[in-house]
Order: sequence, then structure tokens, then C-alpha cells
Amino acid sequence: MVDQRLFFTELLGLKVFDLKGRTLGVVKDAAIVPLLDPVRVDRYLIGSGAAWLTVRHDQVRSISLDGIHLRDENLTPYHSDEYMLRVVRDLLDQQIIDAQGRKVVRVTDVTFEIQQENGGEVLWVLDIDIGLRAIFRRLVRGLLPRPWIRRLQVKIPPHSIRWEFCNILEPDPQRRLRLNISNRLLEGMHPADLADIVEDLTPEHREAIFENIDSEVAADALSEVDPGIQASILESLETEKAADIVGEMAPDEAADVLAELEQETSDEILEEMEHDPKEEVRELLEFKEDSAGGMMNTEYIALTDNATVADAIRVLKSNEELMETLNTLFLVDGQERLTAAVPLARLFLHDGGTPLRSLAVETLIDVPVQEDRDRVTELFDKYNLLALPVVDNDRKLTGVITADDIISVLREK
Amino acid sequence: MWKRSRYKIAVFFAVIGPGLITANVDNDAGGIFTYSQAGAKWGYLPLWTLIPITLLLIVTQEMCSRMGAVTGKGLSDLIREEFGLRTTFFVMTALVVVNYGNIVSEFAGIASSLELFGISRYLSVPVCAFAVWYLVVKGTYRSVEKIFLVSCTIYVTYIISGILIKPDWKQAVIYSVRPVLMLEPSYISMLVAMVGTSIAPWMQFYLQAAVVEKGITAKEYAQSRIEVILGCVLTDVVAFFIIVACAGAIWAHGPRDIKDAADAAVGLKPFGQYAYFLFSAGLFNASFFAACILPLSTTYSVCEGLGFESGVNKRFSEAPVFYWLYTFLIAIGSAVILISGFNLVKMILLSQVINGVLLPFILIFMILLINKQKLMHEWTNSRFYNFVAWASVALMIGLTMALVALSIQDMMRT
Repeated sequence: MVDQRLFFTELLGLKVFDLKGRTLGVVKDAAIVPLLDPVRVDRYLIGSGAAWLTVRHDQVRSISLDGIHLRDENLTPYHSDEYMLRVVRDLLDQQIIDAQGRKVVRVTDVTFEIQQENGGEVLWVLDIDIGLRAIFRRLVRGLLPRPWIRRLQVKIPPHSIRWEFCNILEPDPQRRLRLNISNRLLEGMHPADLADIVEDLTPEHREAIFENIDSEVAADALSEVDPGIQASILESLETEKAADIVGEMAPDEAADVLAELEQETSDEILEEMEHDPKEEVRELLEFKEDSAGGMMNTEYIALTDNATVADAIRVLKSNEELMETLNTLFLVDGQERLTAAVPLARLFLHDGGTPLRSLAVETLIDVPVQEDRDRVTELFDKYNLLALPVVDNDRKLTGVITADDIISVLREK
Repeated sequence: MWKRSRYKIAVFFAVIGPGLITANVDNDAGGIFTYSQAGAKWGYLPLWTLIPITLLLIVTQEMCSRMGAVTGKGLSDLIREEFGLRTTFFVMTALVVVNYGNIVSEFAGIASSLELFGISRYLSVPVCAFAVWYLVVKGTYRSVEKIFLVSCTIYVTYIISGILIKPDWKQAVIYSVRPVLMLEPSYISMLVAMVGTSIAPWMQFYLQAAVVEKGITAKEYAQSRIEVILGCVLTDVVAFFIIVACAGAIWAHGPRDIKDAADAAVGLKPFGQYAYFLFSAGLFNASFFAACILPLSTTYSVCEGLGFESGVNKRFSEAPVFYWLYTFLIAIGSAVILISGFNLVKMILLSQVINGVLLPFILIFMILLINKQKLMHEWTNSRFYNFVAWASVALMIGLTMALVALSIQDMMRT
């Protein structure tokens, strides 16, 4: 056979012949056993009369559009096997995640490649087919001869996803293990893309994903998800897992998420959280959502008034995890009152002994915690700010609002 | 305590939208015509059907919204997953044809209602078609939903115009609860038409999709159900006032057949400019509103069922099938109104026939789906509910089949 491809729509209904060339039945389904091999079709389920028989992949001599010829006709009756990923039952017409194209798609057909193995022919899953060409094959399957369908479909553009980029969705954790479904592909995605995908899924699939992926990835993705969906995801998870995820989030985002929940649930999650960010989150939760206090986060670096550039660099080194987003340092006096803001970039232009005080911005802009949200966005616009310090009634520094918080607020409008 | 009940109220407002919008779009140009005709020809007699119609509506709508909330999937998604691609393809093809017919009748409603205000259809139809297209393509779901909710409140114009007519309220109340059955063919066909226009295939798809889009989950379902029931009741309250208005204004002075919904508005004219004005404005609102929802709902259902990218938040290049189908439905749906000599009545009758053929399948699919433990877990129908649902479906099938027969008869004549 020149073309080494076979579509599942072609495999379905293909006749199976025994050693003497007699028909045993037709193919009803095919199954992959991911624990044994993630790409090879392990079993063919064939219908003969009322019963279904199982053909193991090593019992097949050849596979072509004309049928499947066996080399070993010792077949066993089919009984349900939870380790099997069956194409018709579990794959066809169901949704899967295309990790490369970063979207949720619906499986219409499967493309196999015919491979030689130990003197027989086996099928390897090559692509998951979506789009018009696969729809055409499905619609006319069984109505036109297989070679005709092949010839006719050429005019329609194909649309396929390589099997290795497909992430199968399975809400049942037991079955996930048996089918060897990992979340490696999802964990490698950008959190914002993962968030988009999660929004497209059903609640039970969302839960399954968040239950299983790494808490840090989950936290990053959850921060990007629509607030209403955030709440429903956290509520569906075990409190312990929810607390793990919330604990990995930035305190301001954690507080925002918890504020969306029912009081009782958010208390439970807070209770379960590890020590570190817990108090900060609790304090942040006290502020009204549309005030400066509700918008701010507590991930900032403050130094004393008389600190030098060298001091600042030392502190920065010990807070490496903040470096991705940090752009301003703050100076406070003995009573923790805010005295100045220093743009981070200015540090590079001066040597270690320079006092930070001398690098501060000329006009210090800050807001009290109860400041209104609209006023805060106005300030950002007016002074072209990247970060705005928030102070309490005693002028003590309590948090920082950053430009990305403002962008989220503006997007919501 | 205060905080908790405030949370509950907040949840209720968060789920508002799908049920109210679906139910109100149900009173579209075709619906208003049917109710007007019923009132103009038979006066207060048909009012009793509204209570059973409301119940039927509630039973079907409730099942859809429950499926949406529990599974998080649209009806076309579920049909695809459980009944396969071929079934989905045929259902979707039929749905496009039926909804296309409905879209045409909405644009006809826009044309005739604005002509009452002296605006030519050659101006109104293209402008409205573009407005419909632009609103959805350029808006976000949230902003569009807000506009739709505002649109829902405009239905109050029917209630006001019904009151302005000063109908015979005593009779209206009596006949609302007193069933009147007559074996006169035109009376029966009127009853069948009333039920037939009230439950359409597209509504099931739209409602379920809207519930999913809104992110309503099984947990908030209790509130969502109230909203769905409220929507169904309000729809029939509006229908009540339309019938009463036409009974008071037209039937009381000589029962007659009316040509279209705009004709009913003209019949209200002797009772003052306001009643006439409000009735016509209501007709425009209803037609425009339905013209927004129908193409969108159709496109969503088709794309989701067949697995094409869909969503107004996608760009044209990301979801070409979605945008092309949407644009096509609006463009071709509005264009035929402008072709002189186009047999609109025949077109609408035809779509009513396919509507009737499609509806039983959809309803049966719905009951089969909602009883699947795998999908619905503890939210499947109870035995009693199943009895009610199957009985309603049987009744609907019987009545729509009768409507199909009548429509075919009419088509032979025209």
C-alpha cells in the first residue's frame, strides 16, 4: 500500500478475515492502552453476531482498505476494560485540548499510520482530525466506497492536530490514572492561555484540571480566569487543594478571589492556608473592593530612609521572586511612614555608596487606603505611574497598586 | 444573616438574563401576529390556553436550563456527544432552515412596524440588518445582554396599550380560566398556532447556551429556575394583553381576520394615538430583538455542534465559519424582504412546517439527555417530572403535527 495512512472512519466497519480468508466480523471500535503504548492501537473490537471479540494488535497480519487479515485467529470475547481508551466511546465527538493551538476542540476523526511491527501491521495514532474534511468523511462514511471518499475529500482543506499535542479530558481521577493522562502539556502552557482554555470547559473538567496540576501553575492560571469562574472552581475543589492554590497566588489576587466566595467557604480556605501569606490576605480582605485598599497588593520592598544603593541591592537579591514585576522601591522612616519612592532603574546608574534618598522621585504621589477606585486610575493616568504606594491614616506604608491592577480594572468596565 | 441574604440576592441578579430573554424573544413578530389574530377573531375566548401554554413552556425551558447549569454544555454539544455527528448534522441543517424562516419573518416585522411610522422598508431593513450585525459582532456578550434586558422591559408597551383600549376586564378574567372548546376548524387551528408559536426549537438551544455562557452552575440553579419560570410567566402576561387589546379594539366592533401584526396595530388606532403608537413600537422592538437573537443563536448552535470555532470574542480569522454563517443569515434574511413579489407567506408557512417536524426530535433528545445519569448525576428528572415531560412532549407533538398539516394545507392553497 502506497499511502500509509488510514482514517478511523475507514477502519470502522472494515471486514476482519481469518487465516482462510473467511469473514469473522467487522470493526466496531479500536482501543489504545496508554499505559502500554501511548500511540499504538492495542485492540480492535470486532462485532460478529451479537457478541464482540477482541483482536490484539499482534494478531494482525495486514491492514488495508480491503480489510484486516489476521495471522492468529485465537480471539477472546470483549469485556469492558478500564485501561482502554476506546476511540468511538471515549474520543470521537468529545472535546480535547489542543495544547499547541491552545484551544478546546472536538474530535471528528482520527488519522492512523500503518506501521510494520514484528512481521505484522499495526496502527499508530498520528493526528486528531477536526474541521470540514473530517466532517465530510463522517457524513458519507458507509454511503460511498472508501476509495471514492478519499478522492473526493482532497478538495476540502484538512485540519488536524498532532496526537502528541492532544490533552484528553477525563473528570474521573481513577480513570485518569488508568489511562495515564498527564497534565504535562497543560503545565507547559502560558498561564493566560491555560486560563482561556479553562473558561471554555465545563465545570467538572475545570475541577479535574485544577485538582491535578501543580499548585503554582494552578495559581498563575487561576489569577487570569474570569472572577465568576474563579469562585466556582475554588468552591468545587477540596479545601486543602484550594488553600494550596490560593497560598501560591499574590496576596492581592488571593484576596480578590476569596472576596468572590461565600463567607463560609473563604473562611475555611483561609483557615487551611499555610502561615506565610495568610495574615496579609486576611487584612486585604477587610478593604472594600473598589477602594485603594482593595486594589493594592502587599508585595513591595521598603527600606529605611538612610539606606544606600548597596543596601537596596542586597535586599533585592534576597527577594528574587519579586523581580519579575517590581519597578519601584519605597523608603520609610522609623515609624514605617512613607517618605520617598525610588525607581528601580536609577539604581544601575549609581555606585553602591549613594544614599537612596538622593535617587527618589521629586514628587511623591500616594493615596490613603480608602481612596476611591476611579480616583486611583485617574492618578495613574495623570502622573504616568507604574506603581502607586498606599498609606494608612498614620501615613504608614501598607501596600502598592501596580499598573497591571489598573489595567484589570479598566478592562472590567 | 444580612450578609447571607444579600449574597442570595446578588446570586439572583447574577443569573438574570437567559430565562427572561429567551421567553421574551418568544413573543416575536410571529407570536404577536398569532396572538393578535386570536384576539381579533375570537375575542376573549382563547385566553384560557395561556395557562396551559405557560406550563408547557416552563416544563421545556426548565429542562434546558437545568441541563445547561449541570453539564456546562450547550444542547448542540450534548446532542453531538451523545448521538453522534450525523444526527447533529441533520438537526443543525433543519435548525438553520427553520431559523432562517423565522429571521425572515422578524425582518418582515421590522419592515411593517416601521412603515406604520412612515419609514420605508428600503431604508429600515438594511439599516436594522446592519445594526443587528454590528451589535453582536462588535459588542461583548455582557454589553449585548444588557441591551437585550432593556429590550425586555419595552414589552411593557403591550401591557399599557392593552390597558388604554379599556377592554372588558370581567370577560377577560372569566375566559382566562374557562376553557372553551369548539369543533370549528378555524378555532382549532388558531389554538394549535398559539401553542405552536410558543415553543420553538431555537429557544431550547438559545436558553441552554445562554445559561452556560453566563456561567450558571448547579449550585446557583435554584435561582436560575426562578428566573426561567418568571420569564415564562411574563411572556404569557404580555400575550394576555395583546389578545385582550385586540379583543377590545377589533373583535368587540366586528370580529375579523387580520393580515399581519401591523394590521392589528392599525385596528387599535380608533382608541387613540398612544395605544396605536405603543403597539407598533412594541412590534418593532420584538422583531428587532428576535432578529438579534435568532441568527446568533443559530450560528452558535451550529458551530458548537459541528466543532467550529465560535464566539463573538473571537476574531474573524479565528472563527470564519461562525462569522460567515452569522452574516449570511442576516444578509439573506433581510434581503428577501426587499424583493418585490417574494411570497413571504409561503416562506413563513414552510418554516412553520419544518419547525413542527424538528421540534419533536429536539424535545425527545432533551428528555433522553436529561435522564442520563452520566451527564446529570443527581439532577435527572424524577419519575413524576418525566411523566409530565413526556405528556407535554406528546401533546406538543400532536399539536405541532396538526399545525404542520394545516400549514401544508394552506401552502397548497397559496
